Order: sequence, then C-alpha cells, then structure tokens
Amino acid sequence: MFDFISDYDDPSLLGAFWVTVQLTVFSAIGSLIWGTLLAAMRVSPVPLMRGFGTAYVNIVRNIPLTVIIVFTSLGLADIFGVAMGAPDDFELKYFRLAVLGLVAYTAAFVCEAIRSGINTVPVGQAEAARALGLSFNQVLRLVVLPQAFRSVIGPLANVLIALTKNTTVAATIGVAEAALLMKEMIENEAQTLLIGAVFAFGFVVLTLPTGLILNWLSKRLAVKR
Amino acid sequence: MTSVLYDAPGPKAKRRNLIFSVVFFVLLALLLWWVWQVMDDKGQLEWSLWKPFTTSEAWTTYLLPGLADTLKAAALAMVIALPLGAILGIARMSDHRWVRIPAAVVVEFFRAIPVLLLMLFANEFFARSTDVSSADRPLYAVVTGLVLYNASVLAEVVRAGILALPKGQSEAAQAIGLRKSQTMSSILLPQAVTVMLPAIVSQLVVIVKDTALGGVMLGFTELLNSRGTLAANYANVIPSFIVVAIIFIVLNFIVTSFASWLEGRLRRSKRSTGAVLGAEEVDDLNAAEVGGTRKTGGGVL
Amino acid sequence: MKLRKVTAASAAVFALALTATACGGDDSDNSGSSSGGGDKIKIGIKYDQPGLGLKEPGGTFAGFDVDVATYVAKELGYEPNQIEWVETKSADRENALERGDVKFIAATYSITDERKEKVDFAGPYLLAHQDLLVKKDADITKATDLNDKKLCSVVGSTSAQNVKKDFAPDAQLTERGGYSECLSALQSGAVDALTTDDSILAGYAAQDQYKGKFKLAGLKLSNENYGIGVKKGDTETVNKINDALEKMVSDKSWDKAVEANFGPAEYKNEPAPQIGNIVK
Repeated sequence: MFDFISDYDDPSLLGAFWVTVQLTVFSAIGSLIWGTLLAAMRVSPVPLMRGFGTAYVNIVRNIPLTVIIVFTSLGLADIFGVAMGAPDDFELKYFRLAVLGLVAYTAAFVCEAIRSGINTVPVGQAEAARALGLSFNQVLRLVVLPQAFRSVIGPLANVLIALTKNTTVAATIGVAEAALLMKEMIENEAQTLLIGAVFAFGFVVLTLPTGLILNWLSKRLAVKR
Repeated sequence: MTSVLYDAPGPKAKRRNLIFSVVFFVLLALLLWWVWQVMDDKGQLEWSLWKPFTTSEAWTTYLLPGLADTLKAAALAMVIALPLGAILGIARMSDHRWVRIPAAVVVEFFRAIPVLLLMLFANEFFARSTDVSSADRPLYAVVTGLVLYNASVLAEVVRAGILALPKGQSEAAQAIGLRKSQTMSSILLPQAVTVMLPAIVSQLVVIVKDTALGGVMLGFTELLNSRGTLAANYANVIPSFIVVAIIFIVLNFIVTSFASWLEGRLRRSKRSTGAVLGAEEVDDLNAAEVGGTRKTGGGVL
Repeated sequence: MKLRKVTAASAAVFALALTATACGGDDSDNSGSSSGGGDKIKIGIKYDQPGLGLKEPGGTFAGFDVDVATYVAKELGYEPNQIEWVETKSADRENALERGDVKFIAATYSITDERKEKVDFAGPYLLAHQDLLVKKDADITKATDLNDKKLCSVVGSTSAQNVKKDFAPDAQLTERGGYSECLSALQSGAVDALTTDDSILAGYAAQDQYKGKFKLAGLKLSNENYGIGVKKGDTETVNKINDALEKMVSDKSWDKAVEANFGPAEYKNEPAPQIGNIVK
C-alpha cells in the first residue's frame, strides 16, 4: 500500500520533510533576529526608523508570500545578482533565496508580535528602569525585552506554526521540499487520498507538538502580575 | 513621543537622535540608490517596459480579469467558509462530547495543514473524481483549499467572539428561561457577530493573499498568473511584478483599513457590550488552547 | 439603534453568505453545461507563446497554432467568430480532451507514444526540434558544452530533463513558471541557456525587447511532431482535421501562416510534414 513512497529517492519522503524542517529552522532564526530589529526600530525614539519599521511591516504584510518568494528568484537573483554565496549550485542558491524570502515576510509578523509584547510590559517597569538611570538601550535590553519575550512566546508560537506551513510556498521556486514532492507524487500515482493523508500527517507531526510545547512554555514562563 | 520606553529627549538625546536619523537616512538612501542603479544597469527602467501599464489594453486584457478572478476566489471562499466556520465554532462549544470532539478534531486538523497542500490535493481530486471542466478546476481547487483552512480559522474566531461576550449575557438569558439553542441564536450570536466583524474582515486579507498560490502552482488565472501572460507579450517580467505587488498592497491596505475603521467604530459604539475582537487579535486565536482573548498583535500570516 | 443596525447588517451578511454560496454553485453549473453548446467550437491553445499562441492586448489571439486551428475550424464548418479559445496549459491538455472541455487542441502538442495512450492525434502539422537559446556571443555549440552551465526551463517541461539526462548531467537546472521569466534570467546572465522547442524559442527571441540579443544554437536535440490533439476514439474528427491540414498545405495557406508567424522571428522551419509521418 505504501510501496510508491520508496519509488521516490530524489528527494525521498523523509528527505523532503527534512528540507521543510531546515527551511523552517533557518527562517525562524533569521526572522526572529530581523523581526526583533524591526520591532526595536518601531519603538525607537528616532522618527525615521519608526517610519521605516511601520512602512516595512505594512507593506510586507499585505503582499502575498508567493509574490515575495518568486521575487527573490526573478528579482533578487536574476536582476540584482544576489546569489547567496552559491552562484553555481542552484539547489543551495534557491534554498537560501527561499529562506531569505521567508525571513523577509515572517519578520513583519515577528515584529508585530514583539511590539505588542513590549506594550504589555507595565509602564512602571520602564519608568523604574529609567529612574535608575539606564539608557534606552539598557532599558530595552535588560528590563523590557526579557519580560516582553516571555509574553510573546504564545504569539510567536503561532508565527512559527504558520512559518512551518508557509515553507511549502518555497515549492514555487523549485525548492525540493514536501509540497513539491507531494505535487509530483499526486500527479504520478493513483492513490491520491493516501498520498494526501501521508503529507497531511507529516505536517500535523511537525506543527502540533510545536504548538503544544510552546503553549505549555508560554504558560509556564508567563510573567505573573 | 509618548512611548513608555524613554523620556522626552533632552539636548544630548536630541543630538544623538539626529545623528542616528542622518546615519539611517544615508544607509537607506544608499540602498535605494543601489537598487536604482542596478535596475537602470539591467535596463529595467526603460520606458518601453513600463509604458504598457499606461495603456488601457494591458489592464483590460490581463490585469483586471486577473484581479477579478482573485476577488472572485476570495469572495467565494469567504462566503462559503463563514457559515461553515460558524457551525464548526458553535459545535466546538457544544455541551455534548460527541459534537465537541469531532468539531475540534476537524478544526485542528485543517489548521495544521498548509493551504497549498489542501489546494494541490483538491485539484487532483477534482481532476480524477468529478466532472468539473478543466477550465473551472483551478478555481474550484483554490476555493476548496481556502474554505477548508479558513473555515477552521473562522471557527476559532466565532468561538472566541462568543467567549469574549460578558458572562452576564448568557446568565441573564438562562435566568429568563431561554433554552441553550435560544440563548445561542437570539442572544450570543447576534452580539458575537458584531464583536468579530473586524476579525472576519481582516481574515479576507489572508484569503486574498493565498489565492496567489493557486496562480503559481495550479495555473489558476488570478492576478499573479495573468501577469505571466502579460509579461509574455511585453517582455517586462520585473516591471509587471512590481505593478502586481502594488495592486496587492493597495487592495489589502483598503481591506485592513476598513477592518480597523470598523473596529474603532464598534469600540466607540455605546450600545454594544464593549467587547470587540480586533483585527490584530486573530493571530492569538490561531493558538490551539486560547481560553479567552489576550491582547496581542501580529495579524495573521 | 446603532447596535441594532450593526446586528441587522451582520445578519444580512450571513444571509448573503448563504445565498451567495448557492449562487456560486449555480453559476459554475451554467458555465459547465454550456460547453456542449451547438454552434460554438472550443479550441485549446496556449496563451503565452509568441509566434504560436499568444493572447494579445485587446484580447485577440495570434500565432501559428492559432492560424492552423482557425483554418481547421473553418474546414469543420465553424467561422472564426464561432471559435471560443480556451487556454490549455501543458499539464492540462490530456485532461481537457478526455473530459471533452475542448473539441481539439493545437498548443505545441508533440505527438508521443505516452500521450497517444490517452488521446488521439491528427497531423503532424509542424516539425520542431528541441534547441537552446543562448546569448548572441555565447560559445555553446553542442549540448555537452552545457556541463557546468546554468540551464532554465519551465515547470513540468520534459525538455530540460532530457538535456540533463542525455547530454549534460552536470548542468544546473532551474525551472520557472513561464519562458518569459527564463528569458529575463538569460538576459541578465543568471542562466546560460534556455531550452525547449526551437519554434517556441524563436518566437520569444523575436520580441522587441530581446531582438538581436539571443540566438538559437541550432542543435536539433530531438524531433517534436506537433499534432492536433483530439479525444481518444474520435476517429471521425481526426480524419476531418487531417483532410483540413492536407488542404491547408496544398492551397499554400500553411506557407502563408508560417511566413506570417515565423517570418519576423527568422525561424527556419522544416517543410510541411506529411500527415501521419511522425519523425522519431
């Protein structure tokens, strides 16, 4: 019944899901960094940075991820010559471009999650920190962000789950992840329903524990007030 | 400068902010200049590539029909997913275990699966098991995928909308002797619909964005796909891309603005219970175990 | 009052939702049933291939496939204004014929044994070859030159796989949504070559934006016999189309169509093939 799975070895079923996991992990790290920077810009005292952060988030959130991913290939790679350090290895190049696109997109949501997390930190905390004479950087780094991060674990978990699912869009520029393999299998094999079930199960396995663990974590770490 | 993070800037801070501003501005300007130079270098700024967008034919032949298909798929998906989501959401709050659990399983299952997978599967299913014409099939597949996913998201919106109502509402209903179904249909739902309208409207943004997946992967002739036909005519891949991105931004910006206008209006409305499910709160609903509504943002991916 | 208004509005939205759902269903039923309409003919073509099948600004269609299909339709008894063009993308062609969505397909449809199991073919009406499109100054003269080079093709096309399998296993391959996206990559130097049928490549290379920048390598990597796809078992239509194609060649309309569509592209096409003579 599951014979067809072994017919595919470039990539194999597990290999394809491994690519999905890699896309998720690299994009998650990247978007966490870039999203935090954006959030810092959005709450910074420099008007120009605030403007940039706001504009970035509002523009990127309103573009379909598909457009962004395809643009990394047609725009960044073809026109701007961004080869991501692998101009002669297409497999690596498009994988990295997909990660770049996912980071650019997901960061907007990470930024909003963190910004609203910052807003949940009571004013008194920041005021007390400033009364101690801490600078903006110190207030943010030592007092506000550690508390904010705890309250954003829940929302960030949702972003991570959405990111896991969004990695399938990388199929549009030919990254050999799960969705692309499913497309190939479903077109060549007769057991449509079974293939659908296998891939659905794969994603349930990837997203459900993530959600459960991070939700448990967010409840455990929640700042008691 | 009303942030809690810093005081009103003194002379020293003002100077520092100015320096930051200048440095940031220079960096930004350098980046834009580089982008402009490369575009110019590669001949992407030539007027002949952009000129088609000033003619009405490019719009009436390619972009507008594409946009119409995008909107058609989004509208159909929303209109089918909404009642379905309402049913699932209410079923999930049922007192009967045999109703509650299957509804929860369905909702959690379809939220865990990428919408692209649902579309690909639906496309193949329609091709093999139904007699939907091959011209209509991509639309069917896109709408099916979007409905399955968004119905489960909307189910959570409905559930949270009802939970967001003050408890007194259902208690008062019970006190005057209404049955459970009556409480739901004449007390809770009418108010919850008001509460969750902004969240529902902003879910439209997600739906509109996801239609583009069907264009690339299933050949659904929506905006992004008709861009391809346009570029085959005018040989202007990058300009057409930029124009399509702008159309999406404007379209979704209008929807988002409408959602927040609605939210503000409902929050101010004196007659309502004061509970409003904001556009930004939908994200929170995507979590599996939300009991109430915490105020967090992030929008919907 | 306000609340009541909003509630009424939301109720209306729900009601609208339900009725619109029903409408949606009806609507699609209608468009489905009209496919068997009496005095129209549905013909499958490509919409995005200059020189073969292209949807032009203003909604008209042009190209060699379009001209052949128009001629054939006329011989079958349909005037041009009775033709309803349908876009049949490569992956959808067999399905569209099997389901009877279109009467026949003229869309760079190569006759292969695999496809013949699912559909019947009339023709061939054109012999094309798989080839490479490269920059004017490129020194790619044989397929093996492609090793270590970067190759572009469209998603789901077999031509790129053929090159990788048979000629240049070390070539890097990227697949795009359409040929125009490959051309833009070729122009900017992100890829070294674009591969598919020479007839298609010629049409793209002749576009104003690209004129004089690219050349065909002239490799004839394969033979592509373009046929007209017809539903499996519909021998009557196949015979009629074959008669029409023969007539098209004998009354020189074929040459005119070639001249009109491939002339500007300077595509040196093969002479008109004999009906049923499939060049392997």
